[in-house]
Amino acid sequence: MGEKAAGILSYMGAGSKLGAVVPASRLDVRPLPEMVSSGIAQLDSLCGGFPRGCLTEICGTGSSGRTSILLSALAHATEQGEVCALVDASDAFDPASAAAAGMEMNRLLWVRCGEKKSLQKDKSQKDRNKDKDFALTQKISHEKTGAHPNMPGMPARDFDLSTSWGIGQGQATEKKFGFRRWESRLSQLLKVTDLLLQSNGFGMIALDLGDIPVQSARRISLASWFRFRRAVENTPTVLLVLEQQPIAGSCSSLLVKVSGNRSQDAGKKRSTVSSQLSVIPPMLTDLAHAQLLDQLEITAELLCSRFERKLERKPVQSTRASFKSRAAWAG
Amino acid sequence: MFACIFIPDFPAQAIIRLEPELRRLAVVVLAGHAPLERVVAVNENARQMEVEPGTTKSQLEAWQNLVLRARSEAHENSAHAALLDCAQSFSPVVEDTAPDVVLLDLAGLESLLGPLPKIVHDLAQRVSEMGLEGNVAVAANPDAALLAARGFRGVTLIPQGEEGERLGDLHVDVLLESFSSDAQEATRWEEIFDRWGIRKLRSLAALPGVPVSERLGQQGIHLQKLARGAASRSLRGLEAQQVFAESVELEYPIVLLEPLAFLLNRMLEQICARLRARALAVQELHLNLELAPMQGNGCATSAKATRTFTRSLNLPIPVLDSKVFLKLLQLDLQAHPPGAPIVKVRLSANPARPRSLQSGLFQPVFPEPEKLELTLARIAGIVGEGRVGSVELLDTHREGAFVVRHFAPLEVSYLSNRVEPSSRKRKIMSLPENDSPCELEEKVAENAEENAREKMSAVIALRLFRPPLSAVVTVREAKPLRVQCAEREDVAGEIVWTAGPWRSSGDWAEQDGWSREEWDIAVSVETGLVLYRLVQDKIEGKWFIEGTYD
Repeated sequence: MGEKAAGILSYMGAGSKLGAVVPASRLDVRPLPEMVSSGIAQLDSLCGGFPRGCLTEICGTGSSGRTSILLSALAHATEQGEVCALVDASDAFDPASAAAAGMEMNRLLWVRCGEKKSLQKDKSQKDRNKDKDFALTQKISHEKTGAHPNMPGMPARDFDLSTSWGIGQGQATEKKFGFRRWESRLSQLLKVTDLLLQSNGFGMIALDLGDIPVQSARRISLASWFRFRRAVENTPTVLLVLEQQPIAGSCSSLLVKVSGNRSQDAGKKRSTVSSQLSVIPPMLTDLAHAQLLDQLEITAELLCSRFERKLERKPVQSTRASFKSRAAWAG
Repeated sequence: MFACIFIPDFPAQAIIRLEPELRRLAVVVLAGHAPLERVVAVNENARQMEVEPGTTKSQLEAWQNLVLRARSEAHENSAHAALLDCAQSFSPVVEDTAPDVVLLDLAGLESLLGPLPKIVHDLAQRVSEMGLEGNVAVAANPDAALLAARGFRGVTLIPQGEEGERLGDLHVDVLLESFSSDAQEATRWEEIFDRWGIRKLRSLAALPGVPVSERLGQQGIHLQKLARGAASRSLRGLEAQQVFAESVELEYPIVLLEPLAFLLNRMLEQICARLRARALAVQELHLNLELAPMQGNGCATSAKATRTFTRSLNLPIPVLDSKVFLKLLQLDLQAHPPGAPIVKVRLSANPARPRSLQSGLFQPVFPEPEKLELTLARIAGIVGEGRVGSVELLDTHREGAFVVRHFAPLEVSYLSNRVEPSSRKRKIMSLPENDSPCELEEKVAENAEENAREKMSAVIALRLFRPPLSAVVTVREAKPLRVQCAEREDVAGEIVWTAGPWRSSGDWAEQDGWSREEWDIAVSVETGLVLYRLVQDKIEGKWFIEGTYD
C-alpha cells in the first residue's frame, strides 16, 4: 500500500502541472510595501523605515528609548502632512515631549484610554462582559501548573480565572498581575483601534502598550492581532505597536527591540550612562542635566522582518543599529 | 413671466410630508376643541371616499380606514419653509403669498436654467422632492399664475396673451378663494355672482366694464381684471432665510431612542433636501426637545412646566449627509439622554457654504471628514468625552498644561507646497551681503545638512504617570538618595545619579499657585537603569514621581 502511494505521489510530482507548483513561502507575487521613515536615520538604515499596510512592533523595557522612537516616527509623519492617531492605553503621553520632537499637534489624534466618567458606566460593564477579545473564558491548557510554558511563574495564555483556578488563587493572581486594572483599558484600545482602522485615511496609527504589564498585554487574543493585520492590509496606514515584549506573534511584519547600550561590568548590566561614567565611583553623583539625558545611546535590534526576500532562512544573528538621543532643551 | 406653486390640502400634505407612509392612506385632518372637532383638510384618497371638509369627528365614524390627525402648526410651518426654500432655489425674487402659495419671478432665468417648460418641470420636480404634491403654473402676471395654479392640476404653462382664454374655464369660486380677504366677503360675492348667473370666469370677464363699475365698484373691476388675466402688479420680495428648521409635535410622548431616530431621520432628510436645493450645507445643527412635565412622586412637587432639552452639533466642516447627522445625533443622545419623554422635536440647521478644496495628486491620504466625525463620536462613546482629540499646549510654564480640542485636522493645501521655493529664496536673500553667492549657497547647504541631521535623531521623551505617583524620598544634604513608591513596587531603589534641581513657580497671585523642584534621577533596577522625573511640591512639601524618560 505504502509503495503504491509513493508511486502515485512520484507520478503526480513528475506531472507537468504539479511540478510547477511553488511553495507559498517562496511566492514573490506580493510587492514590497512602501516604507515610511521613522525620523531616525540610523533606524531607517537598519530596517528601511516602517512598512505601510503592515503591523510593526517596537518592544523594550522602561527607559530604553522606545517612546522616543514612537514620537519621532509620529512627528515625521505629521510633518509630511499625514494624519496620525495615538491610542494611549496607559495614558502616558506627554504633549510637551511630543511638541519638542517636532510633532504637528493638530494632525495627531490622541485617544486616552482609562476610566470613563460618563453615564454609560453600566453599559460599558455589560460590554466588558460580552467582550470576546480577552481570553477570559478560554479553556485552560496547562491545568497542572497553571503556568505559561515559556515563562515560569507567569500564568498561561489560555486559562480561565473563573472556573479552573480556585478563588483564592484567582485573587492572588489578580493582585499579583493586576489583570482587572488593565482589562477595561485594553478593551477600549481594541475597540478604538478597530474604529480607526475602519475609518481609513490615517497615515500612522500607534498603539501604546508600553506601561501595560506583559501578562496583561498577552491576554489580547491572537484573533485581534490577525484582525488588525487584515484590516490594515492594502491600506496606506502604518500600524505601530509599542510594548514591553512581542505580543502579536506572526501577525507583525517588523519587530524591533529597543534597549540601552548595555555593557557587562562585574557581572552587572549597566546602561550607557553608567558605562560612560564608569570612572566615577558608584555612589550618588551629580550630573549636568545634559549629561544625564542627552546622548543617551539607544540600540535598536531588528528581530524579525518579513521583507528580507533574499534570506530564505532565519538569520543567525539579528542586525543592530545604535543612535543617540538628544534632550529637547539641551540643544 | 411668473410662476406660482400651490399646495392643495396643505394641512394634510404638511403632515404627510413628515410621515410618507400615510401617502397611500386616506388622511383626514381635524381642528377645533373636542368634541367639536371638524375636518379642515383631506387628502386625495379621503376625498375619493367622499369625506368633505367641515365634517364633524362623530360623523367620521361612518367611514372606515381613515387616518385621523390633529392639525399641526409646527408641521405646516416646516412645510411652508420648505416651499419657500424650493422657490428660492430657482429665483431670487419670491413672494410669500400664503402658507400654501408661493409666487416667484422667472424673468431672466431662461439664460441660466434653460427654456421655460424645463424650468417649470424642474420646479415641479423639486416640489415633489420636498415631499409635497403641488400644482405649478406659469403666466405673464402673478395673479393669473396664481389662479391657474389653484384651478388646474399639475403643471400649467399659459402663453402670454392667452390668459383670459385659459382662465375662462375656471369656476368663480377659485377667484373668490384666492382673492377674498375673509369667508364672509367671499360668501357675499358668491351670492352676487350666483344671482347674476355667473358661474365661470369667462362670463365675468365678458361683462362690460362700466356697468360692473357702477354696480360692484372698484373691487368688482379688480375681480374682472383678475378673471381676464389682465391684472398687473410686482412681487413683494422675501429675504433669504438664515436658519433651516423642521419641527414636529407628537401626539404621544416618545420614550425610546429608536422611534426618535426614525423621526429625526425624516426631519434631517427634509432639511438636507431644502439645503441641497439652495446649494448649501450644514455646519451647525441644533436639536431642541420639549420634554413632558415631570410627575412628582405622589407628593405636591408636580412641576407642570415643560422643560426643553437642547443639544448642538458643531462640525468642523460643512456637511450635507442626513445619515451622518443622524448617526451623530444618535451617538450624542446615547451619551446624553434627555431623561424624560419627548413631546415636541425641533431641529434647526445653520447653513454654510459647501466645502471646496483643490487636492493634489501627490498629497498624503486624509480621512474623509464625515467619516472622521462619526469615528470621533464613536470613540468618545467608548473612552468618554474629553478623552479624544488633538492636544493644544497652553502658554504657561505650569507642567502638564494643555487642553484637548476637537480633532479637526486641516488638509494640506495644494497651494502651500508651491510657496516653498519663494520662501527659501527669501531666506537666502536675507543672509549678510558681504558673502559671495557661492559661499552663501555653501553655508545654506551646511545649515540644511546640520538641521536635517539634528532632525533625524530622537528627542528623549517623557512618559507620564497620571496621576503622579506619590513617593517617599530619603534626602541627604538636600539631595534625594533613595526613592520608594507605595503605589508601584517596581518604582523603588537607590538613586544612582541625579541632575537638578530645577525650580519653577507661577500663578503666585492666584489661588492655584504652584511651586516645584524637579530632579532627573537614575534608579538602578534589575534590568538596568531607569530614568525618572522626581518632583517636590514646594507648597505641600510632598514628593512625586511624575514620569519616566523613555
